[in-house]
Amino acid sequence: MDLSQYFTSADFTGIAPEIVLTITALSVLTLEMMRISQQGINLLSATIGLLIAGVFVGQGSVEGILFGGMLRLNNFSMFFDYLYLGIGIATLIFSQGYLEKKGIESRGEYPALILFCVIGMMLMTQANDLVIVFLGLELLSLSLYILVGFLRNDLLSNESGIKYLLLGAFATGFFLFGAAMIYGATGTTNYNEIASSVASGSVLSNVYLSLGIGLLLTGFAFKVALVPFHMWSPDVYEGAPTTVTAFLCTAPKAAGFGALLILFNNAFIEIHHQWRDIFWILSALTMTVGNVSALVQSNVKRMLAFSSISHAGFLVMGILVLNESSISALLFYLVTYSVINLGAFAIVSGAEKEESGLEFKDYRGLAAQRPWLSAAMTVFMISLAGFPPTAGFVAKYGLFSAAIEQGYIWLVVIGVLNTLISIYYYLRLVINMYMQEEERALLPSFNIFAIGLIGLMAIMMIILGIIPGYLLDITTEAVNITS
Amino acid sequence: MEGIILNNLDYPILTVTTFLPLVGALIILLLRREELIKWFALATTITTFFILLPIYTHFDKTTFKMQFVEIYPWIPAWNINYKVGVDGISVLFILLVAILSILCVTASWKAIQTKTKGFFISLLIMESAMIGIFVSLNVFLFYLFWELTLIPMFLLIGVWGGSNRVYAAVKFVLFMLAGSVFMLVGIIVLYYTGGKTFDMLELSKVNYPIELQLWLFLAFFAAFAVKMPMFPIHTWLPDAHTEAPTAGSVILAGILLKMGAYGFLRFSFPMFPHAVKVLFIPLLILSVTAIIYGAYVTLMQKDIKRLIAYSSVSHMGFVTLGLFTLNQTGIEGGLLQMINHGIITGALFLCIGMIYERTHTRMIEDYGGLSKTIPVYVVFFTIFSLAAIGLPGMNAFVGEFLIISGAFKANMVIAAFSIIGIVLGVTYMVWLYYRVVLNEMNPNSKYNLYDLDWREIATLVPLVVLVFLIGVKPGFLLSYMHISVEHLLEQVHTNVPLETFNIHDSMNVIIEHVKELLWRV
Repeated sequence: MDLSQYFTSADFTGIAPEIVLTITALSVLTLEMMRISQQGINLLSATIGLLIAGVFVGQGSVEGILFGGMLRLNNFSMFFDYLYLGIGIATLIFSQGYLEKKGIESRGEYPALILFCVIGMMLMTQANDLVIVFLGLELLSLSLYILVGFLRNDLLSNESGIKYLLLGAFATGFFLFGAAMIYGATGTTNYNEIASSVASGSVLSNVYLSLGIGLLLTGFAFKVALVPFHMWSPDVYEGAPTTVTAFLCTAPKAAGFGALLILFNNAFIEIHHQWRDIFWILSALTMTVGNVSALVQSNVKRMLAFSSISHAGFLVMGILVLNESSISALLFYLVTYSVINLGAFAIVSGAEKEESGLEFKDYRGLAAQRPWLSAAMTVFMISLAGFPPTAGFVAKYGLFSAAIEQGYIWLVVIGVLNTLISIYYYLRLVINMYMQEEERALLPSFNIFAIGLIGLMAIMMIILGIIPGYLLDITTEAVNITS
Repeated sequence: MEGIILNNLDYPILTVTTFLPLVGALIILLLRREELIKWFALATTITTFFILLPIYTHFDKTTFKMQFVEIYPWIPAWNINYKVGVDGISVLFILLVAILSILCVTASWKAIQTKTKGFFISLLIMESAMIGIFVSLNVFLFYLFWELTLIPMFLLIGVWGGSNRVYAAVKFVLFMLAGSVFMLVGIIVLYYTGGKTFDMLELSKVNYPIELQLWLFLAFFAAFAVKMPMFPIHTWLPDAHTEAPTAGSVILAGILLKMGAYGFLRFSFPMFPHAVKVLFIPLLILSVTAIIYGAYVTLMQKDIKRLIAYSSVSHMGFVTLGLFTLNQTGIEGGLLQMINHGIITGALFLCIGMIYERTHTRMIEDYGGLSKTIPVYVVFFTIFSLAAIGLPGMNAFVGEFLIISGAFKANMVIAAFSIIGIVLGVTYMVWLYYRVVLNEMNPNSKYNLYDLDWREIATLVPLVVLVFLIGVKPGFLLSYMHISVEHLLEQVHTNVPLETFNIHDSMNVIIEHVKELLWRV
């Protein structure tokens, strides 16, 4: 059989990163199976795999449509690839000490599943077809279900795993149903063909189309935890191993928003304006509910979970506006948001002890014991709150500015009021660290790489807040989704 | 390059003065020994002071143009430049910041026993941010510095403050942020309506539609009025001032409160002249309310620090009264009074801090007869109390005199009411003085009271000199601001003559716009 009529070599160089990651993941599993792996060897080899994949992503000569219109590689997808790889590496580095502490000896499944997640997410933002998005989404979700319940002996972890699985299955159902509707309305699942079908008015039934878009949106809203589809996320975030939570609230969220952005920009751009009110409401609701709920939390992990919900609300603003400046702002926001959350969760994971380290009050007096760590946490918190001169401010400013340009002043007013609310709970952690005295403060433990990475992230947030030009140039270049 | 004079000194003087304290803070981060940290902080603040002195010798008083201007591209993607410069309105404030910062360091020498490193780092970051606010000519840069003051101040109050410090610190941040987030929205709207630029001078040239002016004025007003603080939103002030450590109170009273007034002069007046015209009578009324209400509440206070804090509400009422008279005398008086208030209230907070260090109480009832135990201290306290009252020959007299004569030109009735504030001001200060300094000797306060040492005297003497210098020769400071204020008023008065608005008209205009908005909703 001659495969060359179906595939070209460009197709394979295009998905080289995914291939590398798959091989790495499988070999990590094999190493584990042969019981020759040492503590940390799995994580190390997975990290090397991610780095090699990064090299292949960098071979930017493969831009364009691959696999007969299934995949689309461009600066936008490359931007996301790098983001996932970066988050993956950071997660693995932070996981090392955490897994040891939780008594999970070098299990090869953990890094392998993270790698599978990365592959799934890459497919999601490279997809030019609903089927591929679905495949990527499922690969991602299935791996995440296991990762969330990874602490086998921890009831909370098991509970969140099951919860995530059940609700995630619902979301998948919505997505699939939506895709089917769209297929029924337009006769295709390919983005470009959907777009041309919508543009030329040859849609079979507008009801099916609207229903389909609505269901797809619901599916995505579940995955990125937009209100009112956010109920699963605080519980899952709380129960999951902290490093997995860090991964869960950054990379999949980025992938979800990336895929949603591509979907609306490439397939439904013609009728995007009809959906603006929905996005407006989703955005306002998500910010507000997330923030108000975060106010009353006493558990730091839950607070961060609700805060990440409210940040998703800000991100929806970027999809609402959907022009070059808003997409660029959204990408900038995703990067800073990911870095901050990874850093914050890393510190939480280091501070976590059996039965303690999760409440606000456990952080009392940390500043006296660990001044540098507390300073880093403070940077992350004020960056999440959007204080200048941190990257969080620049990110928020970008989105607000794009929204105001299109006249969404009231949404921005809701946004800034939410920022105001959020200050309270972000500063609460700072207050506990700096202003409350406690004899027996936590003594977070980290390995040297984790410490270095946390420091690097904190410094990065400040530098990006003062000179955001570097990242802004990259995000502006990545804006062109359709090319 | 119209309307600005580029920096012609051989080094970027404004950038250096702005960031020198920040660099000092970064170096302190690496130091370990406490003594070394203190000396280094002192050296940094003093160096900053001497570095910015050439601004005053080279300042051209005959032009309203921005001087010592530096422009560098900063975030080209959003058309944001790093642009700094000073004119007659801002030039005096940076000097005030520099002087008060030095005194804050010396005043904290013994008062701060724990976490010394963090304290001086916060203090130096504050200094950078405050200088930055007064030299920024780019709105984005301005906002950056504006917000940068919050976190260090939050820490200063919350970590080294009094017993109720966390409450006060959180209240401070929430109030400040509640104002400034609206300013952020205003800034972004300004960016798009003003031709996609953040340049303050460019934005001041645009003629905005009247309705937009009103909204933008209110958005900026939220930030500035909270900072000032104007009458109904002043409640953070007594808490923050009272709980903050001495240096924090000095910075709050001395500089932070002035940032709001400065914002009015830099943004509201030149950019939204029409809105200012419409609203100036209500604003004058608010100012007078603040003066009288503030003074009344001050009378009731039992805590010395809280008393001085509330007196700030009243004094800042005078400042806004001066600014919103919209005439040369009033605005110059307001500007001068801002400097005066910074000096006097700063000095009073320093004085209170000094006795608090000795007795660890701030209650008036715990003191009495200080003149017998610590005469040197009493000399200073007397001078500053008299200055706060507005005794002729001292600085506040000139400021208040100018403000009230400006107010009489603007509106007789309102000006007449402000006189009540002066009377009450004398009452509370004299009464405080009587209870603390004269009176019977209080047995509780006797022990542990010892007179000022050289460090403390050296902290207070510069302020005494300034009190008399400005009191006797105010023309020296006024000459700096004269042309700039004239130009500012030109900008305000070019389109709408002042006489056309009285309280009735302005209410009508406001009601009209509210109606219009309601219709649209």
